[in-house]
Amino acid sequence: LVQFTIPIDNGDALKNAEADSQRTLYPYVTGTSIVAIKYKDGVLMASDMGGSYGSTLRYKNIERVKAIGKHSLLGASGEISDFQEILRYLDELVLNDNMWDDGNSLGPKEVHNYLTRVMYNRRNKFNPLWNTLVLGGVKNGESYLGMVSMIGVSFEDNHVATGFGNHLARPILRDEWRADLSFEDGVKLLEKCMRVLLYRDRSAINKLQIAKITEEGVTVSQPYSLKTFWEFQAFHNPTAGAQGSW
Amino acid sequence: LQTRAPRKKKKAKMFRNQYDTDVTTWSPTGRLFQVEYAMEAVKQGSAAIGLRSRSHVVLACVNKAQSELSSHQKKIFKVDDHIGVAIAGLTADGRVLSRYMRSEAINHSFTYESPLPVGRLVVHLADKAQVCTQRSWKRPYGVGLLVGGLDESGAHLYYNCPSGNYFEYQAFAIGSRSQAAKTYLERRFESFGDSSREDLIKDAILAVRETLQGETLKSSLCTVSVLGVGEPFHFLDQETIQKVIDTFEKVAEDEEGEAGEGDAEAAAAPAEQGGGGAGDQDVAPMEM
Repeated sequence: LVQFTIPIDNGDALKNAEADSQRTLYPYVTGTSIVAIKYKDGVLMASDMGGSYGSTLRYKNIERVKAIGKHSLLGASGEISDFQEILRYLDELVLNDNMWDDGNSLGPKEVHNYLTRVMYNRRNKFNPLWNTLVLGGVKNGESYLGMVSMIGVSFEDNHVATGFGNHLARPILRDEWRADLSFEDGVKLLEKCMRVLLYRDRSAINKLQIAKITEEGVTVSQPYSLKTFWEFQAFHNPTAGAQGSW
Repeated sequence: LQTRAPRKKKKAKMFRNQYDTDVTTWSPTGRLFQVEYAMEAVKQGSAAIGLRSRSHVVLACVNKAQSELSSHQKKIFKVDDHIGVAIAGLTADGRVLSRYMRSEAINHSFTYESPLPVGRLVVHLADKAQVCTQRSWKRPYGVGLLVGGLDESGAHLYYNCPSGNYFEYQAFAIGSRSQAAKTYLERRFESFGDSSREDLIKDAILAVRETLQGETLKSSLCTVSVLGVGEPFHFLDQETIQKVIDTFEKVAEDEEGEAGEGDAEAAAAPAEQGGGGAGDQDVAPMEM
């Protein structure tokens, strides 16, 4: 967990519990939007593979969507090291669940609620895990898609997005999402959203993965890029119509 | 405890010896007498019966009151919508363990928004009981628990023992005169899996009747609870129980008209009495 110590003169650390406190104040290496939708057979989740270090597009091979257990998919935006910490918590959770070996298994709803508890409790201690998480999955034929933010706000929906995706992707999804989307149509819809994000979100990179989860299991695609078009006339001479010297 | 030689069917006298003062003292033959004595306490309590089908679990018990002036003790507890428990033995210990089970169930529900699988609850319970068999400053819980509940694979019935062991059953009875009920259940258990809810309830009340040893079965004498897929745990009210009793009491009356059958049935019941018949006089006030 990346932490930043503020030198405050709070006195003696032995007597004053807050004198030595270290809390997360801001994130360092971050992932940008996740976009996810329910479709006919399950859930589709798309993310790019970028990890930004402030304004630098520093890392270009970060997998921000991971399988959890047999039934769930977790996507994260925000601080990458906190995402890795969460994966460690979930690893332990899934391991203990498997060790019971009793025919019961954690479904996406259970994982989503567990994460909500973790995020909210951290928020209450003023030491948040700086992520917005997307949890999707299928169990016993029922699809599930939900989101948890770093302050513990948690909900389910047919389509969710984090960060810039909320502003750029969700309006598209509100217009074009249907419950009976086929796999191909679902991917096309996600690519449409990701393309807009690629054009407009400066922390997006053109290398994305789309993950699918159905009753059969999880598949994460190989990284690929979207075709983009930069020859719009309006951008050829953008300042042509500008007045003044700026 | 299962490795020792099987005890005779007749109630053998538990004798005092120099290895039975401490729960953490082994006997030379590899027994922990304090744990076995705790299991005796279960046998002295009034009967509790459980049976299950693929989708439902019924828990029933005999209502025993201290005296005519007092009310009967509560022996069946709701742990969650999908789990119930019936106890026999030291009811105070049973109450404490029920509270523990409720706590576990609600904590799981809160964290995962999902019902705690009953199979996992009984393991927690068994581990808790085991601790008391391995600490010199503790004593084993003197209560047997019949835990009925649901998980992903359907309905389950478990018996948790003071020793820290637990077993899964299709049907079981614990407490005094439970042998009569067990014999009844042994005859019928193979059909319980596919039983309807109503048949299961009827079988439970009939099993309770077996433990009453000839005493007329009235709805005031027994408590019955049901839970199942799509049916949260709840108690059956007196009226419903009485209706079920009426269906077979009437049949019994009809049969008495036929030669000898009624008498043969009545004669067979006392002959099935196993251990625990003489136990009543030794029942301490705290054991019900």
